[in-house]
Amino acid sequence: MTTEPKLSAGAATPRWQADPILSVERLTMRFGGLVAVGDVSFDVGRGDITALIGPNGAGKTTVFNCVTGFYKPTEGRIVMRHGAGRQDETVRQLTDSGLRWKKEGDSGVFLLERMPDYEIASKARVARTFQNIRLFGGMTVLENLLVAQHNPLVVASGFTFGGILGLPSYRKSEREAIDKAVYWLERTQLVDRADDPAADLPYGAQRRLEIARAMCTDPHLLCLDEPAAGLNPRESADLNALLKFIRDEHKTSVLLIEHDMGVVMEISDHIIVLDYGVKISDGDAESVKTDPKVIAAYLGVEEEEDIDVPEVLEDVVETIGEVAVGSLQPDAKGENRGGDK
Amino acid sequence: MASPEASIPASVQKPMGAQGRAAAPGGARSGAGEGGLAGSLRDAALAAFLAGVLGFFFIGLRADIAPGGLDLRARWGAWIVSILVVFVGRLALNLFVFRTSKPVTKTIGARLTGLSDAVPGLGKWLTRALLVFALVLPFVVTTFFSSRDRQIIDLAILIMTYVMLGWGLNIVVGLAGLLDLGYVAFYAVGAYSFALLATHFEFIGFWTALPLAGLLAAMWGIILGFPVLRLRGDYLAIVTLAFGEIIRVVLLNWYEFTGGPNGISGIPKPTFFGLELSRGDDGMAAFFGFEYDPIQRFIYLYYIILLLALITNLVTIRLRKLPIGRAWEAMREDEIACRSLGINTRNTKLTAFAIGAMFGGFAGSFFATRQGFISPESFTFLESAIILAIVVLGGLGSQIGVVVAAVVMIGGMELLRNLDFLTYIFGPDFDPVRYRMLIFGLAMVFIMVWKPRGLVATREPSAVLKEKKRIGADMVAQGEGH
Ligand SMILES: Nc1ncnc2c1ncn2[C@@H]1O[C@H](COP(=O)(O)OP(=O)(O)OP(=O)(O)O)[C@@H](O)[C@H]1O
Ligand SMILES: [Mg+2]
Repeated sequence: MTTEPKLSAGAATPRWQADPILSVERLTMRFGGLVAVGDVSFDVGRGDITALIGPNGAGKTTVFNCVTGFYKPTEGRIVMRHGAGRQDETVRQLTDSGLRWKKEGDSGVFLLERMPDYEIASKARVARTFQNIRLFGGMTVLENLLVAQHNPLVVASGFTFGGILGLPSYRKSEREAIDKAVYWLERTQLVDRADDPAADLPYGAQRRLEIARAMCTDPHLLCLDEPAAGLNPRESADLNALLKFIRDEHKTSVLLIEHDMGVVMEISDHIIVLDYGVKISDGDAESVKTDPKVIAAYLGVEEEEDIDVPEVLEDVVETIGEVAVGSLQPDAKGENRGGDK
Repeated sequence: MASPEASIPASVQKPMGAQGRAAAPGGARSGAGEGGLAGSLRDAALAAFLAGVLGFFFIGLRADIAPGGLDLRARWGAWIVSILVVFVGRLALNLFVFRTSKPVTKTIGARLTGLSDAVPGLGKWLTRALLVFALVLPFVVTTFFSSRDRQIIDLAILIMTYVMLGWGLNIVVGLAGLLDLGYVAFYAVGAYSFALLATHFEFIGFWTALPLAGLLAAMWGIILGFPVLRLRGDYLAIVTLAFGEIIRVVLLNWYEFTGGPNGISGIPKPTFFGLELSRGDDGMAAFFGFEYDPIQRFIYLYYIILLLALITNLVTIRLRKLPIGRAWEAMREDEIACRSLGINTRNTKLTAFAIGAMFGGFAGSFFATRQGFISPESFTFLESAIILAIVVLGGLGSQIGVVVAAVVMIGGMELLRNLDFLTYIFGPDFDPVRYRMLIFGLAMVFIMVWKPRGLVATREPSAVLKEKKRIGADMVAQGEGH
């Protein structure tokens, strides 16, 4: 997947439009009078790392919650695709039919706005992490990863009946589940803590465990809500490597919300910028970095025209990474403002 | 009984990092710096003064009905004694618990935890010893306490019934974290299912009705589970409480079907492979050619409930290590995270309700056959409260804790019935039965203050990679409604 070049400048259609795994179309989410997300459309390319950025309160987590079914969007369509291509014909048929998804062999189309959250995870295979970490604190690290493999294990346990009788086939599946858990624990440097309660881990390790847990569900699309929040620079670098590993070796597409511009600019194939619930920019790292609207949004300037001195603009473009890291590093943000369900 | 609890060195860790859950138990203690003895004395005096004011009317004066009106008598002796008791008690509490850097409650707690640390596998041996004891109990009783054997075995049956109920409710409350205040409803469904089946159909005996009663109770578990699925916290508790009452009121008023307040009598006794445990020629004793003794029936009942309880326990232990059990516990920890992992929390909750209810139904059938007579009076809210108290006291999710709590609560209550020696202290007028509930309540308050998360407050992981470590209660979530 990664062998082909990433969007050469001026190419006819970027990959995320040619082969999107997820399409968010005209998504609107209102809370009473507040429009948290207004008419936002974007595509997430298959095999890409896509970043969703924007200032605090821009509506990023709300978009996530709509994609993963925790909120029911007020308006809009969210299409998840397994198998290559846009499959436009199937999407249209499905939309008209009133059904929720259609699956044929390896390919399938899922209309996420119609599906409940647990089906989005189990059928459409979208996994997520949370801005304010949600682990099973009183269970061990290993148990956390086994819970993530619940659905295949339930089948293997003969819907519990076989398991109660102690059938050997279930024991074999459980061993395999543990092997898979150990695999992800090794990738996240958590094997030594496997038998410790999750609540006992340091913050950075909890963030990694949440990613490992999401990966144990074998997702096609992994949604990460601020995975680098509260990490030190070394942990941040490790996270970059982990995300690249997930993309390259597991062919899992990644959609992440991130404030740390170091992480975003280094690993993203595609960046979408939200501000006040509206998409203001969409493109690869280079084009987003130089987009005056983005700069204005991040510097809190009312109108992008305000920066009309070319030297200043250039200066800002150069330093936007540091500015963003410096002023938006969400260390002290803690628990968000209830936006994250 | 046979539970794998505590077979591992307890390493109780404290939470750190941003995820620190439930604040450490114990509450805030006013620092020792606040003037040792003088402060304690002043505080005790204040408490005594308050007791004096409050007790002036309640204790100091006594109104009796006398010819021609009320007769007011003063009881200054009792009043002064109560003030002194409050003073001394408060002073002792101040000196040893509230205002010292080493409260005795903590010391005792640490000693006990230290004990289980010092002897590895203590818990395992304790469970084994308890199991063996439960198995041989009838023989011990008939040989050594033959004068009161019937009474003792009856008590053992009662305790064992509550152990089973506790284990059943533990699935719903302890594992799935759904606070169910109406568990007695399923106990009632089980009892009435068996009673009605057995009295209407000749051919249905205890053993055929048992699975049917369990199934019916499970069905009701699902029916009652549906409406409460979306409820959280206190609302869940209140609605389950209401359901428990609804079932009882229906049983009370559906006269044609349930016999209303008169209940159902003539419920058959369990048979031994078709043989009745009676004196007749076709009885079991005659069949096997040994002397008939009424106590045999009690022993047989005892072994039936022991078997049922052990099945409940074994199934629960198995379930905990299966995906469904892990999903229950995960749901107790964080329901939203569960859904993000593709777990259908609705079905998971329903299975917890259904399986918990099924065991309640089994226990109900047993209750019906043991009593031979049932009426709605046996299924009041107090029963639910007692079962829940057993689970909470034992430590949510702990199997052995439930056993200990059931023995302490049910056995303790019976023991308090026979506190004749108290009459030597308080005079012949003293009726200990009247203070039973008071003493009982006090004991519960003390236990909960001393061990807020129950007697066995550590959780055992359901899967282990290298080394089994117990998880301290301060990290384990309690679920909805606690
Ligand atoms: N459940 C809700 N009810 C009402 N308002 C909400 C809800 N969730 C989010 N909002 C509002 O929607 C807006 C967008 O919030 P959201 O959490 O999506 O922002 P965000 O981009 O994730 O911000 P941050 O970077 O701080 O995480 C905010 O104004 C927030 O207060
Ligand atoms: Mg957010």
